[in-house]
Order: sequence, then structure tokens, then C-alpha cells
Amino acid sequence: MRIPPAIITLVLGMMLVLFGLWVANDVSLLPESASLNAPVYDELFKVLLAIGTVLLLGITGIVIYSLVRFRRRQGDSLDGEPIEGNLALELFWTAVPAVVVLFIGIYSYDIYDRMGGMQSLSMHDHAPREQLASVRHAEPSDQDRLWGGIGIRGSADVLPVEVTALQFAFIFHYPEQNITSGELHVPTGRPVELRLRANDVIHAFWVPQFRLKQDVIPGQQTVLSFTARKPGDYPIVCAELCGPYHGGMRSHVVVHNPDDFSSWLEKTAPPTLS
Amino acid sequence: MTASLTQTREPSPAPSLQPTGWLRYLSFSLDHKVIGLQYIVCGFLFYFVGGALAGVIRTELATPISDFVSREVYNQVLTLHGTVMIFLWIVPVVNGGFGNYLIPFYVGARDMAFPRLNAVAFWMIPPSGLLLISSYFVHGGAAQSGWTAYPPLSLTTPATGQILWILSVLLLGGSSIFGGINFIATIVKFRQPGLKLMMLPMYCWAMLGTSILVVLATPVLAGTLILLSLDIVAHTGFFNPGLGGNVVVYQHLFWFYSHPAVYIMVLPAFGLVSEILPVHARKPLFGYVTMVYSIMAIVILGLIVWAHHMFTSGTPPWMRLFFTIATAFIAVPTGIKFFNWIATLWQGRLALTTAMLFSCAFIIQFVFGGITGVALAQVPFDVHVHDTYFVVGHFHYIVYGGTVFVIFASIYHWYPKFTGRLLNEPLGQLHLLLTVIGFNLCFAPQHWLGLNGMPRRVAEYDPSFTVVNQISSVGALMMAISTLPFLINVIGSAFRGPRAGDNPWRALTPEWLTTSPPPVENWRGAPPLVKEPYGYGHSGNPIDLQTARGRDLWTSQP
Repeated sequence: MRIPPAIITLVLGMMLVLFGLWVANDVSLLPESASLNAPVYDELFKVLLAIGTVLLLGITGIVIYSLVRFRRRQGDSLDGEPIEGNLALELFWTAVPAVVVLFIGIYSYDIYDRMGGMQSLSMHDHAPREQLASVRHAEPSDQDRLWGGIGIRGSADVLPVEVTALQFAFIFHYPEQNITSGELHVPTGRPVELRLRANDVIHAFWVPQFRLKQDVIPGQQTVLSFTARKPGDYPIVCAELCGPYHGGMRSHVVVHNPDDFSSWLEKTAPPTLS
Repeated sequence: MTASLTQTREPSPAPSLQPTGWLRYLSFSLDHKVIGLQYIVCGFLFYFVGGALAGVIRTELATPISDFVSREVYNQVLTLHGTVMIFLWIVPVVNGGFGNYLIPFYVGARDMAFPRLNAVAFWMIPPSGLLLISSYFVHGGAAQSGWTAYPPLSLTTPATGQILWILSVLLLGGSSIFGGINFIATIVKFRQPGLKLMMLPMYCWAMLGTSILVVLATPVLAGTLILLSLDIVAHTGFFNPGLGGNVVVYQHLFWFYSHPAVYIMVLPAFGLVSEILPVHARKPLFGYVTMVYSIMAIVILGLIVWAHHMFTSGTPPWMRLFFTIATAFIAVPTGIKFFNWIATLWQGRLALTTAMLFSCAFIIQFVFGGITGVALAQVPFDVHVHDTYFVVGHFHYIVYGGTVFVIFASIYHWYPKFTGRLLNEPLGQLHLLLTVIGFNLCFAPQHWLGLNGMPRRVAEYDPSFTVVNQISSVGALMMAISTLPFLINVIGSAFRGPRAGDNPWRALTPEWLTTSPPPVENWRGAPPLVKEPYGYGHSGNPIDLQTARGRDLWTSQP
């Protein structure tokens, strides 16, 4: 007895979905996740990877099947069926992608919100907004319009770090300890607030293991917050073409345990007069 | 169909003011077919320049240190590569090349609406291309700021090269606008009486949509580049933060053109595939009306998604949300087109010609590029991979795996029309095989590189990425080799290919209802009125007596 095609299609579809889920969960395409928002990002990535795998393999399979199954045999010069369209099918493949895309959009909005991206940066708007030339450091959120993307702000125990991006290096300054360093050192579990600025051209601050990137644009004071989760040494990469040595504009972020971080601060802090 | 009507009348030898031999391809010819071929051949020459530049990039990236060319030259090479491939190869070939050749046939006209403007538009391209490439030899070298030319970098790199780059892109943009106006006028006003818009072959709709985008968006780029050049030569401060300018404004204006530019590159390709598939599948194009609406939806959506290139540039949160949703929604009309093409294949009688196979490779590869595109539209996803090799992989799947594959499919499909001779199929399939393997080997691993920390536009990288980069470079080498069988085929078949006859594919679209190659004014006698360009299968299939059963005979009666 022949198995009805509907059942074969159903089984193939189920296998495809299972394979997509397996790829999403067990194939590791991303680097280590070392910050609090990286696992949130990875959740979104898994959903996108599952949907993408199913779609790509499904369509590839259908195209290859059609090429084999409906290929013209030798000496056959007949035409195919004169089917010009099918309204129900058209509605189906308009509605399903629309729903999927809307779902992904709303889901990624939720992810973005959890990563702190939807926080308004201009809440304290009593100060004049765009004093682009006079970017100050002290309390940027009260002084100037801030730009930025991801990062939950407003926590009390925040570690501020001023970052200057220039051709072709990052310079990190810890205002509270008056430390200046070519590498970023941060403790685990404590929110870090980077206040980034650039004086020459556009750079971008990217830590792949934190899933964080922010353009550093001359004339725009930019804030980026994150909380490191896992001790280690991760690359900082400039991700915006900034000149000939763009590829060499790299640094490190060293994530310490809180105790190690305190001793790093003590060791590195310049001697004070008092 | 009216194919046979044209055969009876003898050609009347008329004296021509235009050169008639091969010299006409080097002349200021007003014949749309000559201009179309001028665009295509000229585009191919620039494709080799752009390909050689890509070869420099992939050779440099075979090792993690900067050791092949100097860092300044590397940035010039990547800038020229992007600019040449977009403005001198893809845009001119899919718009000017196939557009000029096919659109007058499709509307039943003897030429474009403005033949002289058409020739001017083409003859702006070679000088501006040479200007762009020669800028490499001036003091300071060519532009070094990428094809995006973001200030302040473009204000600080050597000025001469940057100004020549701007001039060249302005000329090419002008050429593109002239072409766009011409296509709109031809499609809207030059249709022969009785030919309704909804009877036009799909490529006309694609070119109408594309030309609307060209005419609306390209002037914005021109204005922006003029302001940028004023910043460089006249020291104005439009985009110079040191003088109170704003660099993000440049990005908005640039992408207001340059995102639609993606659709200027892929919509004509969608149109060409819609012509190729029904012929080789012997089936009507599935869902004509929804295809038309989805092209127009792509045009409208394409104009309101530009800020998704700027998710890390400090845009307000609401704007990111809006551009995420708008961008992701382009997947809906695009998806409709892909499902319709697959439905066109379904239950057809597919001739596995090179043209058909290149089109199918296009479908699969573009779907992959589309999936990564929907992912990139999501702000949190984009924040990690923006400006990395993930994006490089993504857009090469769109413009190479998509459009360039369609250009090759179109060459295999229309070569008999251009020359009256057939291409060699086995050589064509060797070309296909090498291109598919080389392309995927080159660009698929780049997605992984981007996810794992390799930014784009770098001459040196983390040594842990060496192996994957070398795989990618091997793929690029295969792509370079794959052009050899193509070249041998195209040049050899022009002289020694078997005679094709007027209509080797038994196609129904109007360009095939004349001689191959067609006479100067396209038809001897009246142009045929083709109301059903995809009317395959309507003639009533003769029943195969070997396998027919009595029931088939009964049910096949009207």
C-alpha cells in the first residue's frame, strides 16, 4: 500500500522542525557569553536560528524536489498545467510570514527592553539639550543630551568609566580612582557605565562576548552600560572604519572577581598626596 | 500568438545614418538594443576590475597580519571594490543593460521614449568609471573611507581621491536618474494601443518600481555628496562636528538613497527571474497580480527602512522600533514573490537549462540572505553583528547570490536573442557548479566570522580566525576561476555556437516574436500585441496516446 503524500509531508515537516530546534539548541555559533545581557541576546538568536533553519531547508528541499520531480524528460515538449494562481494559497503565504515577522518583531522588542535598550536617555530634560561642543564629564545625564543604546541605568552601585576612542586606540579613565589605562578592567556583578566619546572620527566599541556594540560619534556623548558575569579576558574591537589602522584598533576587557578588582584598583591607582 | 505574421515580409534595405557593423557598439548609437549590450559588456569589464579588487582583499585576508598591500591601499581597494561593483556593474547591468534591451520589446515600441537621453546615460558611465579607477594613481590615492564615505573620516582622508570618488558617483547617479526617467516614460506612455498595464511582462513592473526608487532616492544622494564635497573643498561644516555639523545627518541622508539602492539592484533581478522561470518551466507565472502588488509594496517599504543601517549610531529608541518592524515587513512581499516562483516551478515541465539552474540557485541563496536580513532587522541582534563580517556575508548573499546569479541566468537565457547563437550548455553547467560552490564557500563562513568577533573593513584580524578566512579566500579563488568557462563560452559561441533560430526556448514574451538578433526597429511589420506573455499550457496539451486512459480523454474535453 502506498503511504498517502499528506502523511509523508507531515512527517517531513515535523522532522524539519525538530532538526531546526536541534540546530538552534545544540549548534554553537556564538562566542562565549560573559555579560548579563548576553544570555538574553542568545535566547533571541536561538529563536531566529530555529525559524531560519526550518525556512531555508524547507525552501531548498522544495526547490530541489521540484527540479528532480518535474524535470522535463527527453523528447518531451509539452507544457505544464496552465495554473495561473490560487487566491487561498496567496492569502496563506501572505498571512503566515506576516504573523511570523510580527511575532519576531514583538519578541525582539521584548528582548531589547530586557537588555535596557528602550530606556529613554533624555529623562532629565531640564538642561539645554544639544550643547554638542561642550561635552562635560561630571554628570552627563544632567548636563547634555545623551546618546546610547543598550544598558540598564540608574543603579546606585555603578562603576563609571570614561572611554575616549581615537585613531587608533581606546583610553579608559576611572574618574573615581583617577586611573588611566589602555585596558578596561571591570568586576563581575557590578554595573559598569561607559561614557564614551571620540574626538577625531567615528569609532565603535564592540565586545563580542558581551554582545554589545556602540558607535562612538564625535560630538555625541554616548553612554553604554553592562554588567560582566564571567571572569576572563575578552577583546574590545573597533567596528567602524576609522582609518588605515582600523584593523589594529583593539584592546582588552579584563573581567575580575570583585576582590581581584579591588586589588587591581589599589595596585594601579596613582599615589595621592593626602 | 502572432509569431508567424512577421516572417512573410522581406526586409527593405534602407540606408542608415548609424554605423551598422561591430563599430556601432563603440558609437553613440540610439538603438536601445545596442545601448543595452553596451551597458552589459561595459558592466562586465568593470566586474573584472571589481573582481580583481576583491581578489586583493581576499589575498590580504589569507593571513591575519597586514602583509600583502599597505593599510592605506587596502582601504582604497575596499572602497573601490564596493563602488565599482554597485555603481558600475550591478546597477547599470540589471537596469540599463537588460532594461534597455527588453523594455521596448515588452511595451511593443520600436525604441525607448528618449533615445538620445538613453545614449547620454550610457556614455556617462565609462568616463566616470575610468575617473574612479584612475583616482588610485593621483597623489594620496583613491578614496579610503569605504563606499559609505562617512564623515568625519571622509573629511580627513586624502582629499583628491575623495573628491574624484564623489564626482564619479555623482555622474553615475545622474546616468541612473536619466535611465529611470526614460524607463518610466517608456513603460507608462509607449505601450502600444490595447496593451494594458496588467498585461505587461513582470520585468516591466519591476523596472517601473525600480525607476520610481531611482528617481525619488538618487537625488538625495547627489545632494548629500555635494554637501560632503563642500565640506572637503570649501571647509563648510555640514557634517563636521568640529564646526558644529552633525555626522549622523549624513548617515540618514546617505542611507535614504543607499537602502533603496539595494532594491534598485534586486527588483530588476526579481523581474528577470519572473521572465526566465515560466519559459523554462513551461507554466504561466504563478500569481501575476500579487507579484505586481508585492513589487509596489517593496518600493514603498524600501523607502522607509533606511535607519536600520544606523541602529548603533545613537538613534532614539522609538525610531529603532519603527525601523525594525518596517524592515522585517519587507520579508512579506518578498516572501510572496519567492513562494510564487516556487509555485511556478511546481508541476511544470522543467528544462534543466543553465538559465533555469542559475535562477534556482538564486532562489535558495536569496532566501538565505533574506533570513539573515530579517535577523539583522532586529535591533538587539543587529547591535552585536552590525559592521561585522556577518553583514558582509548577508549582503553578498543578496547582491551576488541574488542579483549576480540572475545576471548570469539572464545571459544564458537571452544570449540566443542577442547573437542568434546558442551557448554551450555543458560549459554553462560547469560555470554554474564552480560559481555555486565558490560563492557559498566564500561567503557562508563569513557569517560565523562576524558572530564571533571579526569586524568588516579590516586588513588584520585575530589569528584564531585564520582558517575560516582561508576557506573564504579559497572560495573567492574558485569564483575567479568560474568566470573562465563563462568567458570561453560567451566569446567562443559568438563565432562558433550552433544557430539558435529565432525562438529556441519557444517563449511567448514579445522579444522572441522577431528575428534573433532583432532588426534595428525590432520588428519587420507591426509589433505583435501580446496580451498573455505567460500563456503556457493554454494551447491544450495533446494527449499522449501511449499512456492515456479513456477517462483522460473525457475529462480533457471542454
